[in-house]
Amino acid sequence: MTVELTAQEREIAAGEADEGSAMAMRIVTEAARLLGAARLIPIQSAHIDGAVYHGDSGTYFAEKLVADGAKVSVPSTLNVGALDLMGCSKQQLSGHEREMAGRMMRAYRQLGCQPSWTCAPYQAGHRPAKGSDVAWGESNAVAFCNSVLGARTNRYGDLLDIACAITGRAPYCGLHRPENRAATFVFDVSGLPSQFFENETAWPILGNLYGRQAENSIGVIDGIPGKPSEDDLKAFGAAAASSGAVGLFHISGVTPEAPSTEAACAGNRAEVIRVTSQMVLEAQQRLSTAEKPDRIDAVAVGSPHLSLREIERLEAMIAGRRLVVPFYACTGRHVLQGLENAGSRRRLEESGVTLVVDTCIVVTPMLPELSGGVLMTNSGKFAHYAPGNTGYDVLYGGMRDCVESAVTGRPELTEMKSS
Amino acid sequence: MTPNAEFIIGESKAEGRSLVLTEPISFWGGVDPKTGKIINVRHPQFGAKIAQKVLFIPATVGSSSASTILLELVHCGKAPAAIVLSEPDAILLLGLVAAREMGWTTPPALKLPASQHGQFSNADVRIETDGSLHVAQV
Repeated sequence: MTVELTAQEREIAAGEADEGSAMAMRIVTEAARLLGAARLIPIQSAHIDGAVYHGDSGTYFAEKLVADGAKVSVPSTLNVGALDLMGCSKQQLSGHEREMAGRMMRAYRQLGCQPSWTCAPYQAGHRPAKGSDVAWGESNAVAFCNSVLGARTNRYGDLLDIACAITGRAPYCGLHRPENRAATFVFDVSGLPSQFFENETAWPILGNLYGRQAENSIGVIDGIPGKPSEDDLKAFGAAAASSGAVGLFHISGVTPEAPSTEAACAGNRAEVIRVTSQMVLEAQQRLSTAEKPDRIDAVAVGSPHLSLREIERLEAMIAGRRLVVPFYACTGRHVLQGLENAGSRRRLEESGVTLVVDTCIVVTPMLPELSGGVLMTNSGKFAHYAPGNTGYDVLYGGMRDCVESAVTGRPELTEMKSS
Repeated sequence: MTPNAEFIIGESKAEGRSLVLTEPISFWGGVDPKTGKIINVRHPQFGAKIAQKVLFIPATVGSSSASTILLELVHCGKAPAAIVLSEPDAILLLGLVAAREMGWTTPPALKLPASQHGQFSNADVRIETDGSLHVAQV
């Protein structure tokens, strides 16, 4: 398929503005070809996941755009980088790697991106309007943007996200097209006991299960009792988008494109998946890789980044006690100011919590090097990625269990009410 | 039989030992760009090296950072010799598009239904410029 560019887009691609914008336009156009899009559409904003250091190539890529004169043309927030620029936590990157990670973060600033450095930009004031087209990266942010805000984005990868931000264009395909946003299956959770939803781990566990069932299709969750909080939806989307290629989900009666299950399906013949307690139990077990550990070596919470409300809960659960293992609480600088004003930062740090700001424990080396280490987390996303990215085995549990375990240094797990 | 795959990036010859993945993979968190090895402990091909292989991928999942990992694999000389996908995954393949923009030598990517990947297990595979795949005779 050939991609039809407008006269203005052709001029940009030909380098009439600057060579950096031309490179960005070529990348967006190639992406459109790969995606089978016939044309590009204007976008309102971007969220850029490209500034985390995975190696020198990403730094060279961003610096080439800077050197060639590119600038973003729409409001663009930045996802986490590899360094905590606020100095709350220490990363193990040193020498050459530290320099390249810093250069990379600087290059994205020079391109005109806002230094939000968070994977929860939607809780840091970046909330595009329902129905607007945007280009977002970072899988949890994409899921939230589409599902909870009702804005339209595909799952933009690093490199493409910044190219879209520079050109102000995105390939017109996938979730930008209204007809592709309807559910094709129903994820019926009405058979689960209502007290299951009182577990704070209900949403990340369901998210993990949903993602595995959905892969890259769109479903509508039907039969939840009550109303999930925004933090519940955040946890669900993050877990779902790590176990499957989930860019959009609907929750009947909750999310903006699902006033009802029928409306979310928009006439599609939807297959019904009836979720059983056994399925939930298996999903929960899959989140842990550590087999009956007798100790834990560290705790990490905050993927996606903790909201102010979540940190307040964390502080209340710790209740001034001393934690005996390293405890990492990842959040954004949009939350940090409030924590400092309230005196929370000092109290948390006195208990032994390390606030991790601008970055997170799975994108950059931070945890003490330890073979056979056990990391406890309440995040479906950390549970999914920590074994590969940190070398620690994972023990999954709720926030309260994470705190109690950090106080004793041993796994303290509450039984889940799934049957 | 020599099935014909369709080039989606590049149209160059390639050859290498095959690595046929039996489950979907996320490159970020699934592949170490420094070593070119699969590091997701839950993946059936955990520990296998993708560098210089003709890599067959049934599907991709997970994070949107796959393109950077592939860009870095190319930069470190640890990229597969060729990537054969059941469906073009733009997130992943953008890594090759960007590598080309940087002026680096990039492997080709081709499209072939996953049902046809299995026949290339444990073989030396050669890809011709017409997109045909051949098992090298020993």
